[in-house]
Amino acid sequence: MVRDSARLQSAASEDVASLEALGTPGSTRKEDRRLVAAIRAGDEGVFICLVKRHHRAMIRLARAYVPPGAADEVAQEAWIGVLKGLHKFEGRSSLKAWIFRILINCARLRGAREARTVPFSSLDEDPQEPAVAEERFLDAGHPRWPGHWLKSPEPWMDERLISEETLSMVARAMDELPRAQCEVMRLRDVEGWTSAEVCEALEISEANQRVLLHRARSKVRQALEPYVSAGGS
Amino acid sequence: MSSALSTDLACKELVELVTDYLEQTLSLEEQTRFEHHLTMCRACKEYLRQIRSTIDISRKLAEHALPPEVQDELLAVFRRWKTG
Repeated sequence: MVRDSARLQSAASEDVASLEALGTPGSTRKEDRRLVAAIRAGDEGVFICLVKRHHRAMIRLARAYVPPGAADEVAQEAWIGVLKGLHKFEGRSSLKAWIFRILINCARLRGAREARTVPFSSLDEDPQEPAVAEERFLDAGHPRWPGHWLKSPEPWMDERLISEETLSMVARAMDELPRAQCEVMRLRDVEGWTSAEVCEALEISEANQRVLLHRARSKVRQALEPYVSAGGS
Repeated sequence: MSSALSTDLACKELVELVTDYLEQTLSLEEQTRFEHHLTMCRACKEYLRQIRSTIDISRKLAEHALPPEVQDELLAVFRRWKTG
């Protein structure tokens, strides 16, 4: 984790403007303005197109804050918020990031009402947590192989990887992640967003995003391991 | 146990660099050490493969279409907003 803080510092100087531009190139901004204008003019087709593009992802992300049943309602609430706030959309961020910020706000409010949430904090949720349990490695004082695997990861079985059960295991493992990690992993790995897009929607730094993603992926891998390893049960 | 290694990167350190490696944010020097370690260590190579599999499986969670009734509900929301 010493490495984390060093990287955090070095990344703090990254050019924020260029990262933003990366997430929302000029062509996207133009397209966003066109979409917003069409919806404001009452074009149902354009609205539904936007819904098809984002609604499932919004429900999945809302589940980081509220029980699955409430996630659908939160996503619907967010769309109402989007429509009501459309005249305020200025194109400073991408439309996608803007929609997801509204979704996250709705989900946080709802989550707080249902007392399921703790205040949002990204880095200090589980400080010092290693990607792989300490006891899997030889200790630093080992004469020949300090810090090397004591218990190596066993190869994973392909037939288990493609099963529905594995899929729901991943979904469950993700649900159990600390909120910020869950958000980042959902957007990056489930929805396939770029890191710049995630940073824009969640308003976090690239370095922060990377740390959260790292912890999240490590934990989900760990949760899968006993089930999909050739040597596992 | 890992096979013979002639690198100064321990497996325990490598697993913490996996995301930076995949995100291509390692310095050239770090990346070289990382990749060098992988050529020598089957266990870490397997670990990286597992992280990649985890990402691939996660992606499958997105493969669900929007049910028509949800679409209808949102269309109703839109129409109310338009007239309201």
